[in-house]
Amino acid sequence: MGAYVVRRLFFSVFVLWGAVTIIFVVLRLVPGDPAYIMLGPDADQAQVDALRAQLGLDHSLAQQYVTYLTNVVHLDFGQSFRLSTDSMTLVMQRVPATIQLASTALLLSLLIGLPLGVIAALKANTWLDRTISVFSLLGQSTPSFWLGIVMILVFARNLQVLPSSGSGSWAHLVLPTVTLALPFLAILVRLTRSGLLEVVHEGYVQTARAKGLAEGGVILVHALRNALIPIVTVVGLQFGALLGGTVIVETVFAWPGVGRLLIDSISRRDYGVVQAAILLVATIFVLINLLVDLLYGFLDPRVRLAGDR
Amino acid sequence: MTSTELDLTTTTPLATPVTARKSRAGTARIRFGLIVIAVYVVAAAIGPWLIDFDSVATRTADRLKPPGSRLSDGSLAIFGTDQVGQDLLAQMLQGARISIAVGLATLLLAGTIGVTVGIAAGYFGGWLDGVLMRLADIQLAFPSILLAIFIAALLGPSVVNVVIVLAVSNWVTFARVARGQALATRRREFVDASRTLGAGTWRLIRRCVLPASVAPVLVVATVEIGHVILAEASLSFLGLGTPASTPSWGVTIANGRNYLADAWWISTVPGIALAFLVISLGVLGDALRDRYDPRLRSL
Repeated sequence: MGAYVVRRLFFSVFVLWGAVTIIFVVLRLVPGDPAYIMLGPDADQAQVDALRAQLGLDHSLAQQYVTYLTNVVHLDFGQSFRLSTDSMTLVMQRVPATIQLASTALLLSLLIGLPLGVIAALKANTWLDRTISVFSLLGQSTPSFWLGIVMILVFARNLQVLPSSGSGSWAHLVLPTVTLALPFLAILVRLTRSGLLEVVHEGYVQTARAKGLAEGGVILVHALRNALIPIVTVVGLQFGALLGGTVIVETVFAWPGVGRLLIDSISRRDYGVVQAAILLVATIFVLINLLVDLLYGFLDPRVRLAGDR
Repeated sequence: MTSTELDLTTTTPLATPVTARKSRAGTARIRFGLIVIAVYVVAAAIGPWLIDFDSVATRTADRLKPPGSRLSDGSLAIFGTDQVGQDLLAQMLQGARISIAVGLATLLLAGTIGVTVGIAAGYFGGWLDGVLMRLADIQLAFPSILLAIFIAALLGPSVVNVVIVLAVSNWVTFARVARGQALATRRREFVDASRTLGAGTWRLIRRCVLPASVAPVLVVATVEIGHVILAEASLSFLGLGTPASTPSWGVTIANGRNYLADAWWISTVPGIALAFLVISLGVLGDALRDRYDPRLRSL
């Protein structure tokens, strides 16, 4: 287990280094001087020169890369152009709102998605299963920005039971959470259903049945636990999509999180904040994947053994 | 990350008798998907010719007319008009053209990159495989919509840029599938036989390895195109996709947000059209996958 953990930790650091490098490369590949891009078309030459010097653009590319890496390690993405505050500080202020939104959405998906998936698998190929499958397909295919707008239209404008945007109370959390959770919930239903269906015919499930265990016990204790193993991995990977989804949902509902800051900063060409926000979300995502992989090793000893070998 | 690799390269037995029993089922789903998609494609191809759409025209007399209204020139606006008096149906037909074209172009680009990388990695193996697949792992460890947003933000909104951005964030799936196929094929007897008969590397790849990955790649493409069209709409909605002068569905939906109180239809109707297309593509993709390549179920 020790070697496995070390290997996974090393890989996570490697991935983050890759993400930082991709950001650096993309920033340099874009046609035009980053200083011009950051300052916009209205900047005069003196401003551009000052920023070039500040960003170290007058040095060689290799030197720039080293400086960039050093700054990133120190979480230094420079000052925000809009508000003269440190970029990372600005992003960090928005993190709690995003975490709140993402975690309630995750909780909601798990609370509804897992039971629905189990029901669909138990009643496979009945009308109940088909209804759940249709619902799941709808959830996966509905554009979340559109769903958000329609829900604002119905619940905020017509019925006037929930606020349309902003944050502050639990009522503000309802619409964004449902919008963000729906695609994730739909995938979860599908995965749970197909995962369970794959294990219910395994020998150990038959053994459990032959022992005379009640059907509920067989499914929940023996089948579901094994079906959960692949689900955990995909949930980890899909959590990235959930984090990406916060960008859209926060924009629709004017939720004051990292995603909205990201979009605002893009339209204001505040690239220090954009980099900080993207790198922070990527870090959260990598950490969650690390956690999921370790959990995976815990749930399925075979992975651990393969890792130690 | 190794777990996802396993899914594609090892053959999982058909565990569920459910799918085994219904091996030919799915015909209805395939038919449904194909018919709906054909309707969209025809509408996108000839619709804009039948109903003119001029992105800069303004007709103040016909502003924000609800669906089914008669316009000042006597024509019927089935889906209503927007804030400058544009017919929503005409706009949506134009949007269908953009969304489908962007989807197809993206798949072509992502598929070409992915299959090339995947076959190179799978066929030659060794350090090349290691480097390419670590690259794929890095990209998978990065939420693809974020990568798309980042690149789109720097490149600026344009149709070509959307295709590039979405292809860059979608090639990995194709690479993994093609690699799995290349790994499985290169050790087969008929490949060894061809090699013994003197076939060169290029010929072996072209005649033996590439054909083996066509079917799974097409299945993946069908599953992915729905996601790509959704991603394009999302980017356009955020103002990072197609520019406002090319009214893709995402642009129209974003535009309607400002008129929710007076004109619910501007955002609602294109969204339904978009969702229905994506659903049909999903149904078709799933049915094709179940029939031709159940191993891809985890994708």
